[in-house]
Amino acid sequence: MIELRDISKNFGLTHALNHVNLKLGGEQCIGLIGPNACGKTTMIKSILSIVVPTKGDILIEGKSIKNDVSYKAAIGYMPQIGRYPENMTIGQVVDMIKSIRNSHEPLDEELWRAFELEGMKDKKMHTLSGGTIQKVSATIAFMFNPKILILDEPTAGLDPLASEILRDKIKKERKNGKLIMITSHLLNELNDVLSHIVFMEEGKIVFYKDIESLLEETGQPSISKAISHLLKNLKA
Amino acid sequence: MKKLIGLVIKDILKNKVILIYTLFLAAFGWSVFGLESSTAKGALSLFNIILLSVPLVSIIFANIYIYNSKEFIELLVSQPIKRSTIWNSIFIGLLIAINLAFLIGIGIPVMVFTPDTIGFSVILTGLFIGSIFTSLAMMSSIIAKDKARGIGVSIMIWLFLSLIYDGLLLFFMFQFSDYPIEKLMVLFSSLNPIDLARIQMLLQIDVSALMGYTGAIFKKFFGNFYGYLITIGLLMVWIIVPYLISLRKFNKKDL
Amino acid sequence: MNRFFLVFIFFISIFYDLKSRSLQVGSQHPFKSIKSALESANNGDTLLVYAGTYKESPIIIDKKVTIIGIERPVLDGEHQYEVVSIKADSVFFTGFQVQNSGVSSINDIGGIKVYDRRYVTIQNNILLNNFFAVYLQYSRHCLVKDNIITSNAQDEQNSGNGIHCWKSDSLQIIANRIEGHRDGIYFEFVKESVVWRNIARNNIRYGLHFMFSHKDSYFSNIFENNGAGIAVMYTKHVFMANNSFINNTGDACYGLLLKDISDSHIIGNRFIGNTIAMFLEGANRNKISKNVIQENGWGMKVQANCEDNHIYENNFIHNTFDVATNGTLVMSYFKENYWDKYEGYDLDRDGLGDIPYHPLSVYSYVIEQNPISMLLFRSFMVTLMDRTERLIPSVTPEAFVDLTPVVKPYKL
Repeated sequence: MIELRDISKNFGLTHALNHVNLKLGGEQCIGLIGPNACGKTTMIKSILSIVVPTKGDILIEGKSIKNDVSYKAAIGYMPQIGRYPENMTIGQVVDMIKSIRNSHEPLDEELWRAFELEGMKDKKMHTLSGGTIQKVSATIAFMFNPKILILDEPTAGLDPLASEILRDKIKKERKNGKLIMITSHLLNELNDVLSHIVFMEEGKIVFYKDIESLLEETGQPSISKAISHLLKNLKA
Repeated sequence: MKKLIGLVIKDILKNKVILIYTLFLAAFGWSVFGLESSTAKGALSLFNIILLSVPLVSIIFANIYIYNSKEFIELLVSQPIKRSTIWNSIFIGLLIAINLAFLIGIGIPVMVFTPDTIGFSVILTGLFIGSIFTSLAMMSSIIAKDKARGIGVSIMIWLFLSLIYDGLLLFFMFQFSDYPIEKLMVLFSSLNPIDLARIQMLLQIDVSALMGYTGAIFKKFFGNFYGYLITIGLLMVWIIVPYLISLRKFNKKDL
Repeated sequence: MNRFFLVFIFFISIFYDLKSRSLQVGSQHPFKSIKSALESANNGDTLLVYAGTYKESPIIIDKKVTIIGIERPVLDGEHQYEVVSIKADSVFFTGFQVQNSGVSSINDIGGIKVYDRRYVTIQNNILLNNFFAVYLQYSRHCLVKDNIITSNAQDEQNSGNGIHCWKSDSLQIIANRIEGHRDGIYFEFVKESVVWRNIARNNIRYGLHFMFSHKDSYFSNIFENNGAGIAVMYTKHVFMANNSFINNTGDACYGLLLKDISDSHIIGNRFIGNTIAMFLEGANRNKISKNVIQENGWGMKVQANCEDNHIYENNFIHNTFDVATNGTLVMSYFKENYWDKYEGYDLDRDGLGDIPYHPLSVYSYVIEQNPISMLLFRSFMVTLMDRTERLIPSVTPEAFVDLTPVVKPYKL
């Protein structure tokens, strides 16, 4: 469903992405993992063409994203830090996106209800806490039943209850056959959610494996332990 | 696209600055005609405002608006909308808002007091100048990295076109006064949109004086039907080209 | 006794009238040509010339006759001759269309030319395409009235003036309309004459042009859209009132050029839409007042060689520049004019502004030195320059000032 072909992105002299090749199939829940500034967010933003790669091509469902934006209708994106027009209320933002998407599919308003956003509908964006903004972002990402979900640090800033709700939702959607990409540092939280891991460092993909083989190879009981084990080995 | 333009306009109209700007123009427009002994003189005073305030307000307001819409733009880019659609909508929304403010503030009093060619030129000039500087704001906001620099660049553009450029022209006129530079100077002054608009107004207000020495060249170049066409064409270029540059840059920009 | 005397005079005059004859000219009349009628006419006779075209130029009127055109007969010079030459005193010439005089670079050929005569009247004629239309030389007490004079002059070399007067005095030039000649009205060495209610427009050089013509008066004339406007020179004691100088525009074109004009009055005239409404060069001791100076490029240019002119109680309205000069020396005086650009106030409500007005714009100075800089007029930079100069005059002569500008326009 998502294919990155020799993607490079330079910010000045730094190589945020360095000849990245990656092919992600359906029905996976991929954890995108790596140290800070390894290029995770740049990769996600490249897929959404928020960042324009210096080189290479990205294909979504076999089609290049270069001159066609319609693929974005198939993606639900939850940014790391959601930024919304300050003067708009939650309700207005959601309505605006609804009207832009102009989707005729039935809307998935599960998170809207679960996060109890209805009651805060008329609050302006700039009055909201970081956690509430994340809730709005998550709601919007899931609302249009996208085939692909890209979640950048989804649980950061959420309280345990909301975090739980979101995790359940992710699981549910995975079962519905969606491709889900998650970046996170809080790996323990995602133990039971992920099916695959993409590990990145300095703009390159170190490996792309499913969880079982990862745990097997490293002989560790959990993802986070496996990763730290790998990191130590890498440094050594 | 229409939806987006609507959203942008709604968003701008919620902004108090544009309302204050409209009120300022209206207060000026009505008081000028109220205070000045004659409407022609009123139109002239208005004209000075148009050449000074309209560009400054347009470019700075548009600039700030674009920076403040950063989140809005980011949000939209992650949705299935073309970047050019987003940028076009913002531009058109700004054009409508800024020109609407002008039409309400200045257009109405002008139409009430001097519904003649001079009044009409005042309005047309104002619309052109407002649009040009909005377009320049689109460009400066995409060139400069942050808000402060963007405003800095905007003020520099404004200062350059409304003051420094003319100063340089005057300097050259005196430096090379022994040479036949008339045509060259006409050419140079037609490259600056403010000068271009100003000269068209001169042709309306100071036609007697222009019939004097240099007037011939003046009138020949600007005063006839083709002159008007050329003027309007050049002003259109000033609206379109900076915008197209900004659009190209925006399409490749990392947000 | 007195009454008898009057009756006696009455009979004498009837008798005298009876003695004078009336000669009729026309294809259906006793005289077929004007020339033959003139030959048999005596002083005091009247020639009645009936409609038709008479190609018998030059017609020389050398007797004191009244010659009247009936239903506007046409006298045609066939582009070769002087059409009518008046060489007798007291000729009364009226009702004709005089056309197509010859053109010459040696002689001043006229449509109607008066040679060294007195009491000649030329009235109610149409003069069409003549070299000089009405030409008076060494003449006195002549009247030129109600004539319509048109030509289609193309250049100054091959065209003459509408009404051309030379070395004459006590003339009356009244209510003529002159278009398309070189100069509309031209005076040289003409004294103590009156020019009243004439209209001179679309002439290729000057609407009115005079030199060395002292003590003449010009009332209620309209000079409009003439190639070089109006130029008057080397004359003293001119009186100009209630004239209109309108739309005389162009390079070196003046609403009224006053060159070496002294001791004259320019009062109550209207100067509208001229490139330069009034240009004073070597003009001394003139009084210029109650004029409306409106919508001109320059209201007045007062050159530094002018002295002791008094400019007062005029309205300066909507001129691009009210006043300009070429030097720093100012010996003319501005007083109680209305300037629409004046931004002072009148706190004591005496009708006079409380702060002086400096009518000279610094930028007019700049333009004087470098004409192309007109291109930058009304730009922000120029406005700044002018404002600064008004606050702290440094370039413009301090003496160029109206200390008592009025705050309301005069009703003129």
